[in-house]
Amino acid sequence: MVITAEDVHFSYPNNVEALKGVSLQIKDGEFVAIMGQNGAGKSTLVKHFNGLLKPSQGSVRVDGVETSKTSVAALARNVGFVFQNPDHQLFSETVEDEIAFALKNFGFEQEVIEKRITWALNLLSLTQYRKTSPFLLSGGERKRVALASVLAWDPQMLILDEPTIGQDHEQKEKLRQFIVQMQTQKKTVVTVTHDVEFVAECNPRVVLMKEGKIVADGPGKIILTNQQLLTESSIVLPQIAQIFTKLTSLGLPKDIIDIYEAKQAILQTKESKRR
Amino acid sequence: MAIIEIKNLTYTYPGATKPSINDVSLKVEKGEFVLITGPSGCGKTTLCRCFNGLVPHFYQGELKGEISVAGLETLKHHTHEMARHVGLVFQNPENQLFALSIEKDVAFGLENLGVSQAEMRQKVDWALHQTGIYDIRERSPHEISGGQQQRVAIASVLAMQPEVIVLDEPTSFLDPLSAEKIFEVIYELNRKQGITVILVEHRLDLTAKYTDHLIVMDEGKIFFEGDPRDILNSEQTRLIGVGIPKATLLYQMLKKDGLNLNKTTPLASEELADQLLEALKKW
Repeated sequence: MVITAEDVHFSYPNNVEALKGVSLQIKDGEFVAIMGQNGAGKSTLVKHFNGLLKPSQGSVRVDGVETSKTSVAALARNVGFVFQNPDHQLFSETVEDEIAFALKNFGFEQEVIEKRITWALNLLSLTQYRKTSPFLLSGGERKRVALASVLAWDPQMLILDEPTIGQDHEQKEKLRQFIVQMQTQKKTVVTVTHDVEFVAECNPRVVLMKEGKIVADGPGKIILTNQQLLTESSIVLPQIAQIFTKLTSLGLPKDIIDIYEAKQAILQTKESKRR
Repeated sequence: MAIIEIKNLTYTYPGATKPSINDVSLKVEKGEFVLITGPSGCGKTTLCRCFNGLVPHFYQGELKGEISVAGLETLKHHTHEMARHVGLVFQNPENQLFALSIEKDVAFGLENLGVSQAEMRQKVDWALHQTGIYDIRERSPHEISGGQQQRVAIASVLAMQPEVIVLDEPTSFLDPLSAEKIFEVIYELNRKQGITVILVEHRLDLTAKYTDHLIVMDEGKIFFEGDPRDILNSEQTRLIGVGIPKATLLYQMLKKDGLNLNKTTPLASEELADQLLEALKKW
């Protein structure tokens, strides 16, 4: 799916102007991480992508359709949205019912619904909780139920607001692999996240926001190694980048965020010194 | 003297088929900075709820074994009595905010302790400043972002300055720099005032450097406990699914490839960078 935002302004009813002219295009199969300090307008922006919010000025088009001229319900089939706080999303008595809800609404056949539920539970390590109430689960598990309920209907685009909160390392790695898989299917993934380590591992396109505007847009490797830019946006460098900014005196490159690349660079420097 | 003492604690939520805490024994000394980690659903949050008596007084269910915090057996003392000694910051800040203004939420605990007006003013302002929410103190805690709500929840506990502060993923909604500042404030309280801190976190990249006592939980049990450098360096810890800090992982990878580095396992990027700079002199 293609998203085109043109000069989007948005003010909340209390007159707080959360977006001050945002223009952005997201293409088919792209993985974009939107980062920036609290209150920068990240969540407000992505709520425009499924029509939950409509611009006060400017326009947002999803696959050519202007969101202000269509309903959230019409957009929902193609755009899956997972909220920051799972408690804003969950309401069913069992995990299974939660996942089945949207599938039923979209008119899937019972047989397909069964299959999709089983698939989603397995993907998110929730199979043992099929008949459990979501409210008996831990925070991290509830977050995964919210994710499962959206992934189950296989939307063309996925919007994830802070998907890694409460997730352990293994779950994060599974999420990363799933996102890679979605990209190979030409599906679009947009995530709002503060998790620099997760972004460093995925190396997506990073859009940096500050005070309602986009201040930088580019490959993760470039943005996440620009200390000044990050500090201005209240973000810290990923661990690997932190190490390498301190090693420039050794002639090591600064723009490294991947641990395997880091190892290679250090070993190579050692070899070259030896010669 | 141990400020927290747990012996053979087993706890099952009402309606649950298996215990969430399974035969846990634990001793925490006064002034320690304890970090609890482990896979999602392993019982970390439930253990936190035991420290101030929410389990079992609020959550009911079946609790076996012994637990005392700040010299009080939590089974015999109500949560409101425990609150004087133990401050708990919940995972989801919405669950703990209720007042009409941020300032009132932060003052609530002190009001109940019968603290004088002047002292309350001073403590509340201090906590609001430490968490960076002084300027928005008159707003409603329900109209601010999740990240700001977390600051309010932390400020409410800081204002009380209890003997023990328990924080359950307290900065998950905050941007990284703000999260770091909050951790620094908590670390300083721990160092300077000897407040015992129990922190639950998945993101050891940010927090491993603060702890002297690491606990790894899995399936309701304590799997490893002790010096974070030893535990994070062990292969088994990685296999449980604990996210080893990148600096520690890179150190292990470089050592495996024959790089001669210092014997002390690094927990943070600065530590590894220093070790690499030192090693380079010998190359």
